[in-house]
Amino acid sequence: MSGLIGQINPGLLLILVGFAGCLIPVQRVRQALMVATPVVAILMLAMADRGTDLATASVIGLDLVLYKVDSLSFIFGLAFLIASLLNAIYALHTDDRLQDGMALAYAGAAVAATFAGDLMTLFIFWEITAVSSVFLILRAGTKAAYQAAMRYLGVQIFSGVLLLDGLAYVYKSTGSLSLEAFTSFDQPGAKLIFAAFAIKAAFPFLHNWLQDAYPKATVVGAVVLSAFTTKLAVYAFARMFPGFEMLIWIGAVMTVFPVFFAVIENDLRKVLSYSLNNQLGFMICAIGIGTPLAINGAAAHAFAHIIYKGLLFMSMGAVLYRVGTAKASELGGLYKSMPWTTIFCIIGAVSISAFPLFSGFVAKAMTMSAVATEGYVIVWLMLLFASAGVLEHSGIKIPYFTFFGHDSGIRVKEAPFNMLLAMGMAAFICIAIGLPTIGGFGYGWLYNMLPCTVTAPADVCMISGKEIKPYAPYTVDHVLTQLQLLMFAVLAFILLKRFGLYPPEKPGTILDTDWVLRKPGYSMVKWAGTVWGKAGPALTAFFGRMGARTFEKIETTFSPRGALARGPLTLSMAMWSAVLLGVVMLVVLLAS
Amino acid sequence: MIELISSMVPDALAAHAPALLIAIPMLMAPIAAFMPSGRIAWILSILATGFSLVMAIVLVSQVQSIEGGAVISYAMGGWRPDAGIEFRIDALNSMILLLVSTIGFLAAIFSWPTVLAEIREAKTAMFYSAYLVCFTGLAGVASTGDAFNLFVFLEISSIATYVLVALGASRDRRALPAAGNYLLLGTIGASFFVVGVGFLYAATGTLNMAELAIRLEAVQDNKAVLAGYAFIVVGLGIKAAMFPLHQWLPNAYAYSPSFVTMFLAATATKVALYALVRFLFTVFGLEFAFEGSTLIWILMPMGIAAMIACSFQAVFQTDVRRTLAYSSVAQVGYMLLGISIGTAAGVSAGLFHLVNHALIKGALFMALAGVVLTYQGTSLQDMRGLGRSSPWTMTAFAIGAVSLIGVPLTAGFQSKYVLVTALFEHGWWWAVAVVMFSSLLAVVYMGRILEAVFFRAPTNPNKRHKEAPLLILIPLWILALANIWVGVQGGFVAGLADGAAASLFIGGAS
Repeated sequence: MSGLIGQINPGLLLILVGFAGCLIPVQRVRQALMVATPVVAILMLAMADRGTDLATASVIGLDLVLYKVDSLSFIFGLAFLIASLLNAIYALHTDDRLQDGMALAYAGAAVAATFAGDLMTLFIFWEITAVSSVFLILRAGTKAAYQAAMRYLGVQIFSGVLLLDGLAYVYKSTGSLSLEAFTSFDQPGAKLIFAAFAIKAAFPFLHNWLQDAYPKATVVGAVVLSAFTTKLAVYAFARMFPGFEMLIWIGAVMTVFPVFFAVIENDLRKVLSYSLNNQLGFMICAIGIGTPLAINGAAAHAFAHIIYKGLLFMSMGAVLYRVGTAKASELGGLYKSMPWTTIFCIIGAVSISAFPLFSGFVAKAMTMSAVATEGYVIVWLMLLFASAGVLEHSGIKIPYFTFFGHDSGIRVKEAPFNMLLAMGMAAFICIAIGLPTIGGFGYGWLYNMLPCTVTAPADVCMISGKEIKPYAPYTVDHVLTQLQLLMFAVLAFILLKRFGLYPPEKPGTILDTDWVLRKPGYSMVKWAGTVWGKAGPALTAFFGRMGARTFEKIETTFSPRGALARGPLTLSMAMWSAVLLGVVMLVVLLAS
Repeated sequence: MIELISSMVPDALAAHAPALLIAIPMLMAPIAAFMPSGRIAWILSILATGFSLVMAIVLVSQVQSIEGGAVISYAMGGWRPDAGIEFRIDALNSMILLLVSTIGFLAAIFSWPTVLAEIREAKTAMFYSAYLVCFTGLAGVASTGDAFNLFVFLEISSIATYVLVALGASRDRRALPAAGNYLLLGTIGASFFVVGVGFLYAATGTLNMAELAIRLEAVQDNKAVLAGYAFIVVGLGIKAAMFPLHQWLPNAYAYSPSFVTMFLAATATKVALYALVRFLFTVFGLEFAFEGSTLIWILMPMGIAAMIACSFQAVFQTDVRRTLAYSSVAQVGYMLLGISIGTAAGVSAGLFHLVNHALIKGALFMALAGVVLTYQGTSLQDMRGLGRSSPWTMTAFAIGAVSLIGVPLTAGFQSKYVLVTALFEHGWWWAVAVVMFSSLLAVVYMGRILEAVFFRAPTNPNKRHKEAPLLILIPLWILALANIWVGVQGGFVAGLADGAAASLFIGGAS
């Protein structure tokens, strides 16, 4: 059933409509397009054949595969398209041409990159995601946002440059641009491409751009940003680096370290950004494990995550839109004025915390099981700790300090209807894919889309040669273990609250399962903070001076008043001609 | 497209295309000078350059009619090549001719509003006359097969150029010293060149380049030949703005009339570079022992130095036209680097970049001409906020800018990619790093401009700015879209460059 429609990369459609959308001045017409296009794109995707090159092009001797769908790219692409639909609905209340258009183009670039069949195509759309997304930060209009946007753009373009270098290296040594998975770091280009992906996936120490830029974006912008860039990187890792043991450890560290930051952070959108990092860690870790179960876990987690993280950002965006701030210390008691937002936020919160019956549970359970099956005890413990951390900062902190807690006295209107609609749809998906399979609903729908199924194992699943078993999340021990963890955490929160150990101004508690770790962990963060506070300015000043001096040197040489431009022009030129003539003659004489 | 146009040209014209391409603009020049109004001279120059463009297309199709590229030999006045002047068109010539006449035609169309604004009315007819002379000279250099005739055409174009640059004085008095400098240095370059040709003539007794190539092989250890070679390389190096002989260029570009800047940036250095390539690879050749070492010890280091030093200089300029001028020298560095590899792939990359750079700088300077026309300022300060008041002009400018940086899907990317590939093949890994670094500097200096244009508030909101007139916008967008077209579907230009390089290496003209 692949007509012509099935051969056009749906991302390309989104990009074109997005760019065209920037030029449509009538709000309703433009936004109708913005909502309709993802729907059309989803239909196009449904019609596409799997596993063949659906669209190819030849550019300066490079054979590009513009559109290729397989089970791994399908689930990511679908999640991106659903997210772009929700985002378009969420953005309906604002009249911002550039934001509407660029959000769609950005989503389209992510989709197109997902369905790219070769490295060059991936690179091209990789760069388009960077360029289009920066507008979502810029439109916030503040000076801080402008600076963050420029930093963000620099980092993203750098990632693209690394990818380009890597692919050039690959192409030179193998003569092919295929997206075949690497098997070791010694392969040409592997390290460069790994680094490019690592930046986009916000690996530890490469992650600062994320917390820097996302909280400064517009209300809509943060929602859009949260869905695509990092998950595209996760997809890229799943495609090209499955089973790299290094990723297991990086992923585990990634799940743990943002917990500390998220706990002490006051800006709730920044908390969500840290928690985004933490969630990525689970996926990266699963990709590192690389068994079919783990890859499935990563894909399912990404799918569920795009929806519930979007939902959380949407709810915080709604609060920011109505109240004007997303600082924990200034919010509280909003459930009275924004009841629907509260409910949706809680659904997002319990989903991210992986409560049974919600999407996070069915996704994360696979990763945890895969880690346990492969016998990584320490990693498993780290992930467990991180899960508890997720519950604390995303599951409890976000809704509690916004909607409950001490009453800030703020009374505002409920969020606009379109926001509620988008949040409602996201919340619906969170529940629908989390339930045990009943009728048409339930996790079965999600599991049927996973990359590695019994019926159709994709290339990515064959690497470890492990057999593929259908996974059942709702077994007694899964549910019990999870509930035990969650209930214990909630209990701890309640007790701390009751005994006044959880002051709202200093939201900084980690969970009971890791009670022993809590104090040293927290003090270590504090200590590191102090050290940085003291040493940071000195270091910055030192490097700043070094930089300034080098810059001065360069400027004195090259600027219009500098050394290279001094002296009577004709004289110096005439001299140079004579000198060069002499040199050429010398070379010629010596050589002949 | 090319076949279609060339099939519509009558055979009688097509047979004399090499001569007519030069003769028509040359004849039109004095006629234009005596026209009572500048407008008629303008229309004449459009007709003349347009006619040359058609002839260039005919030549391209004639050359491409044979697999591997035909060589058209046209004897002026019916004199045998060894006695008279021969015009010799192969794949390389036809590519340069197509470039020069396309740019010349587009430049002629867009020139009117800016000439009207920047040149005193009494002089416009003379201005167009000078333009046609300059065009004739450049096209002549690109088609002649005679070394001395090449010198004559080089001087024709140069002298006209000095006039054109000096006419910028009505906008900015600094155009006069700039033209003076250019005159002195251009004359040094031309003299070096003619001295070199003299040495070669003394050693071989012929001026025909194809004949020279044959006879020189026998006398390649002759000291006169060596001296001639050195003089020619340096002479043409000055004309092509090879680092460090480029210092005439920034001022000449910055202070001449906008239209002249655009035309010169896209053609003049390119034609000089063509002449250099012609001498390096046709008249001389890699079989000359000293040639390889010149490539490695002169052209390559100078190319690299230009790529780095001039990119740095571009970063620190406060005037956008000077930024672009320095960037031009840096881009010449890329071409020299490509040529200095000394393989067909390398020369092809250099030539490909030559064409693309003409498209890029043509678009950029054309957009700037629009800015000068409506805003009367080209400093970085003046560019602030222009993105809002004239989105069409500035979008085209931005396309040119990203193409200059070498963003994928633009012409600049294609040629840099080909260049990098050629460097890899030759094993010059470190040069790839230099290319990358220089591109990074391009990001910085173009980024500064783009940032001012699109992200800064206007410095002086009261100074009204509007979109450039359609007469500028249309050729501007043709060039901007050409950048994207070459970037997406680079086959045509890359094919021309490949054919041109092949004609040099598989004994095309020899």
